[in-house]
Amino acid sequence: MPKVKLATVWFSGCSGCHMSLLDLDEALVDLAGRIELWNSPLTDLKDFPEAGVDVTLVEGAVANEQQREHAHRVREKSRIVIALGDCAVTGNVPGMRNGIPTDRLVERLYGKARTSNGAIPCGEVPALLARVSPLHEEIRVDLYLHGCPPPAALIGKAILALLEGLSPVLVGQDLKFG
Amino acid sequence: MATGEEEGVTVNEMVLRIDGRDVRAPAGATILEAAKLNGILIPTLCHLDGLCEAGVCRVCLVEVKGEVVPACVRPAAAGMEVETKTERVKELRRTVVELLFAERNHICAVCVSNGHCELQDLANEVEMHSVRVPYVYPRLPLDATHPRFLIDHNRCVLCGRCVRVCAEVEGAHTWGTGERGVRARMITDLAVDWGKAESCTGCGKCVQVCPTGAIVLKGKAAAEMEKDPGLVAELVERRGLA
Repeated sequence: MPKVKLATVWFSGCSGCHMSLLDLDEALVDLAGRIELWNSPLTDLKDFPEAGVDVTLVEGAVANEQQREHAHRVREKSRIVIALGDCAVTGNVPGMRNGIPTDRLVERLYGKARTSNGAIPCGEVPALLARVSPLHEEIRVDLYLHGCPPPAALIGKAILALLEGLSPVLVGQDLKFG
Repeated sequence: MATGEEEGVTVNEMVLRIDGRDVRAPAGATILEAAKLNGILIPTLCHLDGLCEAGVCRVCLVEVKGEVVPACVRPAAAGMEVETKTERVKELRRTVVELLFAERNHICAVCVSNGHCELQDLANEVEMHSVRVPYVYPRLPLDATHPRFLIDHNRCVLCGRCVRVCAEVEGAHTWGTGERGVRARMITDLAVDWGKAESCTGCGKCVQVCPTGAIVLKGKAAAEMEKDPGLVAELVERRGLA
């Protein structure tokens, strides 16, 4: 049986969802035999294989121009897109800046009052979007894994169901935010 | 089929049909009460045992012969046919809950009520996978002028339980609703800071009945705020207020 191609993406989130994925512990050994891990913060591969992947897990909200662009590439290159965790599903903590003008925000964090040189980062870092969005406001999402972070068991349940060619059935506590 | 004139039914009772089952309920019961008495659970949010019904959240929507009605305020009637689990009402309830999430800033992960929140539980109950309407992300204030309590408007669902418990049980009438529509906000006295609201007795019942992390005790960290809304029904019974 050909291995399932998996990618993971890290947008505006704390990496806790990726940590939770690694928390699958010994189940990872079983998974390793059945999946091929492509571009991911875990492999440091930056882009999708030409032929795309079967599943992409997306952690984090969409908060800057590069992430928005990459989100559309995720959709184009993945058969199934999974919003992994509350930031991707709801905007969560990164979304708390919404409503504050980005120039005021950047000035407050990097301006003279806070840093020694007061240099506002630009050019080498992507510009912030005026509004942070949950992933599904940018692209079509096939499955939502709730939680901050989603429990490892929930991520495992979803991935194992997909490997069996089934739609994961998420009910009750599986859907708990936070 | 229930005709309302079944054998053995007293003048103080009625028979109606809920989800295809003939059920008995006392005269004057609402659809919600009739369902509950017969073990049929309908999700609710603004409803709280012991308080008057407000009918404002629309989470308890059911179908009566194709008409969608809020179960908490619609009186049950003999022979009435009620459906509580159709795809249509399930979808409507889910949308209502999504609108509640989109309208304010409900960030469960950093909320004092995480894990003890009626809105959070409701989202699971109605199987909300994502919020399909655009989030509003309003900039809203927090009033921490009261020495022991605070209200964070970001987490308020405008259920009005605070208003009702304050008026009906405490008799203080401190809480009210200011403005209208999307600008509506819970206020104390004539929209003064809570700490300056002279009518507030500091009893804390509003804290206990608030379904989310909007009205809370000060000094709680994330997930630490546990409440006891059941206290109201107990007080109402003991004080003979029902």
